Amino acid sequence: MHDETAPADRATAIRLIGLRKRFAAGGTVALDDVSLEVKQGEVFGIVGRSGAGKSTLIRSVNLLERPDAGQVEVLGADLLAMDEPALRSARRGIGMVFQHFNLHTRRTVAENIAFPLEIAGVPRAERAARVAEILPLVGLEAKRDSYPAQLSGGQKQRVGIARALASRPRILLCDEATSALDPETTQEILALLRELRERLDLTVLLITHEMGVVKAVCDRVAVMEAGRVIEQGRVFDVFTRPAHPTTRRFVAEVIGHAVPQGTLARLPRPAEGQVRQVVQVVFTGPHSTRAVVSEASRDFGIDINIVSGRVDEIAGEPFGVMALAAYGPEARVAAAFAWMRGLGLDVAEVSE
Amino acid sequence: MSWLTPTMQDLLLEALWQTAVMVGAGAAISVALGLPIALLLYATGSDGLRPAPWVNRPLGLLVNATRSTPFIILMVAIVPFTRLVAGTSIGTGAAIVPLALAATAFLARLFENALREVDKGVIEAARAMGATRLQILLKVLVPEALPGLIAATTVALVSLVGFSAMAGAVGGGGLGDLGIRFGYQRFMPEVMATVVLVLILLVQGLQSFGDWLVRRTSHR
Repeated sequence: MHDETAPADRATAIRLIGLRKRFAAGGTVALDDVSLEVKQGEVFGIVGRSGAGKSTLIRSVNLLERPDAGQVEVLGADLLAMDEPALRSARRGIGMVFQHFNLHTRRTVAENIAFPLEIAGVPRAERAARVAEILPLVGLEAKRDSYPAQLSGGQKQRVGIARALASRPRILLCDEATSALDPETTQEILALLRELRERLDLTVLLITHEMGVVKAVCDRVAVMEAGRVIEQGRVFDVFTRPAHPTTRRFVAEVIGHAVPQGTLARLPRPAEGQVRQVVQVVFTGPHSTRAVVSEASRDFGIDINIVSGRVDEIAGEPFGVMALAAYGPEARVAAAFAWMRGLGLDVAEVSE
Repeated sequence: MSWLTPTMQDLLLEALWQTAVMVGAGAAISVALGLPIALLLYATGSDGLRPAPWVNRPLGLLVNATRSTPFIILMVAIVPFTRLVAGTSIGTGAAIVPLALAATAFLARLFENALREVDKGVIEAARAMGATRLQILLKVLVPEALPGLIAATTVALVSLVGFSAMAGAVGGGGLGDLGIRFGYQRFMPEVMATVVLVLILLVQGLQSFGDWLVRRTSHR
């Protein structure tokens, strides 16, 4: 499947084609013909409610879950065609971070991080050197001899990330890596992931049920529902122009597209001979930082009341959504909105 | 122990030693045999690393059959086997054979349960890292389950002390045998009381040591 939203200049890191998976005969369909392409160096997010199939999807990438049909290609290698030893060595090139950290309770931080090297047969001295190299990356030098039970959730996840990176994988899978953490720690871990991606040139595939995580770290996103990818594209595009109702609900969690009905009901009535028109304006593109509201008010001689709004940055680009109530003679109000549309803003009338 | 005659004191010490030998050797053998059986039961179970009902079911059946046979009956039922292994069917050494057998079946189940307690997530993480099944068993499951394995061994040791009291039936000696022969059959209540007291102290000691070791090894 050709994906026109993928950066064309980069090599493919993960290619999933037509994945299907059904748990138990007649049971629920976890994956229903899912295809995805993740390019090298990008952070790709899969978002969906629980039960949408995203967990099965990410676990298909290293074949922790074997799909019933389809193709799994990682760095050009067909994983489903591999025998066990080949699959094990392929898995060493794919790091994985888990929601509940999955650390060894009886191993210290250093021993946990060394574990993937130990099972790969790396000599002890080399393991110690690698652990010493990786601990500062996750800021855990002081905790090297602590046991997981002595660490906070955020620190445990740092150990999880360090362990996943110990064998120098090119790809990192994050299975709800921040879902067990508080909001502040979540931001810390996301910042760490961003930093590591830059520094180690990683490809990151993450699944989450929080749109905030996608907004914070992802370049592209796929939205899943009932085992299908219902929408995918650049994070900025999906956030600013969500097509599917489910996507819109997800996006609303973070940037609040909805116009509050209570406020609408309390808006003052227009004066005699004037009209009141409520619109929702989506600010994107080159004019998104322009003083559009005050310019329109001044140049067209109308009053503009901001009903609700949020101006934010998504994937590094400025973006705003605003509900505006314009008061004035009908022709001038219409002209003002036409002018806004001319600037490339998305202006949609809100029925009252 | 001035309430016992010097002869009785010597007999008591000898019986304590016999019990120690039977329990110690029985425990050592049953841990050595029980752990591999438990690993095999765990690995071949329906949600195990390599499900194999044709191994799991017969093995589980054998373990259950051994466990359901009352020890006193097991001991006499396997006399030919005991003779084959120990060269004799009488004495402390011979008593070790049925003791080890009963404790092996008991421990195999307890160990299997301890292995099941290990967080599935750690196993999944090891799979994701490319661990072999053997590595998962020996480098993840056994180390993670160690406190549980030690607790199970403690339970088995205490049971072995109880089983060993029946070893008198095959001339195995030991504290239980002393209590029966002197305390009960020769009406020497002071011997019976002493035997019971020593057994209580022995069990308490084993349990406390086991608990301490569990605390030392778990890092939760």
